[in-house]
Amino acid sequence: MPGQPKSVTNPRLKLHVFSPEEIQKIHTATLDVIESVGVRFPSQRALDIWEAHGADVDRETKVVKVRGHIIEEALKSCPPVYSLAARDPQQDLPLDGNHVWVGTDGCGVEVIDLYTGKRRVSCLRDVVEIARVADALDEIGFHWVPVSAQDKPARTRGLHEIKAIWENSTKHVQTESIYNEHEARAAIEMAAVIAGGREALRKRPVLSLMQCTAPPLGHDGGSLDAALLAAEAGIPTGFMTMTACLTTAPATLAGNLVVGNAEVIAATALLQLAFPGAPVFYAAAQTASDLRSGAYTGGGPEDFLFGAATNVLADYYNIPLSMGSFATGAKEPNWQAGVDNSLSTFMASVVMSDMLLGVGFLHGSRIWSYAEMLMDCEIFEIIRRVINGIEVNDDTLALDVIKAVGPGGNFLTHKHTRQHMREIFVPQFMDRRPYNIWEEKRDGAVDWATAKARHILETHQPVPLDPGLSAELARIIALAEEA
Amino acid sequence: MSQELFDAMKQSIVDGDPDLAAELARKAVAQGVNPLEALNQGFVPGVNYVGEQFSAGEMFLPDLVIAGEAMKAAVAVLEPELAKSGGQREVLGKVVMGTIEGDIHEIGKTLVVTMLSATGFQVYDLGVDVPVMKFVEKAREVNADIVGISALLTTTMVKQKDVIEALEDSGLRPRVKVMVGGAPVTQSWAKEIGADGYSEDAVGAVAVAKQLVGS
Repeated sequence: MPGQPKSVTNPRLKLHVFSPEEIQKIHTATLDVIESVGVRFPSQRALDIWEAHGADVDRETKVVKVRGHIIEEALKSCPPVYSLAARDPQQDLPLDGNHVWVGTDGCGVEVIDLYTGKRRVSCLRDVVEIARVADALDEIGFHWVPVSAQDKPARTRGLHEIKAIWENSTKHVQTESIYNEHEARAAIEMAAVIAGGREALRKRPVLSLMQCTAPPLGHDGGSLDAALLAAEAGIPTGFMTMTACLTTAPATLAGNLVVGNAEVIAATALLQLAFPGAPVFYAAAQTASDLRSGAYTGGGPEDFLFGAATNVLADYYNIPLSMGSFATGAKEPNWQAGVDNSLSTFMASVVMSDMLLGVGFLHGSRIWSYAEMLMDCEIFEIIRRVINGIEVNDDTLALDVIKAVGPGGNFLTHKHTRQHMREIFVPQFMDRRPYNIWEEKRDGAVDWATAKARHILETHQPVPLDPGLSAELARIIALAEEA
Repeated sequence: MSQELFDAMKQSIVDGDPDLAAELARKAVAQGVNPLEALNQGFVPGVNYVGEQFSAGEMFLPDLVIAGEAMKAAVAVLEPELAKSGGQREVLGKVVMGTIEGDIHEIGKTLVVTMLSATGFQVYDLGVDVPVMKFVEKAREVNADIVGISALLTTTMVKQKDVIEALEDSGLRPRVKVMVGGAPVTQSWAKEIGADGYSEDAVGAVAVAKQLVGS
């Protein structure tokens, strides 16, 4: 059975992104935007809450203008530290600023089939199988719904997806695919079944909800209603901005941060006004649109900088961050994927973003690849080791050992070497073989990662979910389908 | 002289200056310049130049979009003048475009609208969260050549198919081409639901639309 997932923790490396004055400027500009331009909240319930708390609400345009001190006061009730609970309590994930956890990415629409290698439309079975593989991988801390179960009815699709993951893994489930009141109500009931009741769920949230904002400066009504229900139930809830320079945000990076920040903190403040102390997180995957096509890029220096900058903002508000990293725009696992995913993940990790999303995708989070998933896990392992830095003490300085071996000897046979050698990275997918072996076999990372994924899928048995609970989940979904 | 005016018109498009483009269009009207000539010899060469520069990698998407906005401003002044004289500008085709019901994602659809307008299509933008029948009604009303349906969610993408079926039920389908787009939409989905065209981005969408109207 898999143990506690791996994380970046106790980092020795540090990165300086903003001075305190710069972060203050971004915050002040953000409040200016929320107060003078406003943010669109197209939800009756959200508008009522805003009005009750003294915001300037335009019922026609659904745009809400809020004075800065209301936002600042509201954000003070955000809990700075809490845990994402798992079916297996050993796999709970503390969001305490000293751990970086990785999830599977979502929500894609196609899958590179693990056996045929062909690209096809995603279905529920893919959600099941990706969950099983993710369950076995120590690098993966939690699940996002990785691909859309397009063979299930749109009305309850999001529910089938989370059920499939709970049935195939003991790790925490976060869904980004439930964005209306109808499904959110049922999802909360399902989570309560897993946790053992509504009060137990509040203490051990086995589900968390992520909602996308609608940039620039807007939200989706269904998302707001779903988020309010989740916050009421004590389910950790986050708003993710994906502001893109040129299209949904200014061309300049600082301006992009302001637009996205306004969306996220305004919605977060709304949840706190309604339910003070509700567990919330900041979520972001800002980017720059491609200059030629306007498309989402899934990489590039702007994305890497956003990855590092956003945690400074989340820290300023003292709430956990879920940051978009990995998610290369590459069409297959290749050089571009390696560059994109290594740098984005390094930058988001070195500043200690609490959650990273996530492994497994090609073509800007659209096409699932098991090979990419496994290779992303290896990237995370490398970055984890790099950020841990170099420990300096008597044992690691190894003066006695150096003196004992002396000039011209070697360290292979020394006891100290055997004591510490397993701290050295052993790659799974890097080719370090002699040239002639490669020449003969002509295989590499993608082949090995694919083989490992197949092996896991064929042999790994996740701890099953109690069939009684499974039946209860199915019953809730059936009711939601009819309602 | 007209040539000087035409050059200024072209430049206003290249510089992406809607105010100046409109002003030059009004000036042409005041001077009695034939509105069709003003369009074809003044403004259109600007659009063509920007298009060429874009293809060559010298200009970027924002250049195209802002040139499109400038063109729109010029057309808004010149089109009524054309109508007065009983003429009309040459359009490549009429396009009804919107983001499907239940979906509020706008930016991709709006980009395609701007690009198609700038290229010479007459575009009717229905906005976001557009009911299935609204596409059909508008297509009938304006006698559309193309209906374009955008969706960003897998749950709303399925309704692109409903639009195609509704076009069939209403008898419009044989004379209307259907284009689909949006992040979860793929070539194979387009094929599965019987759409005539698909593109992953706005620049590609223009090429597809041109192909669909046979120009």
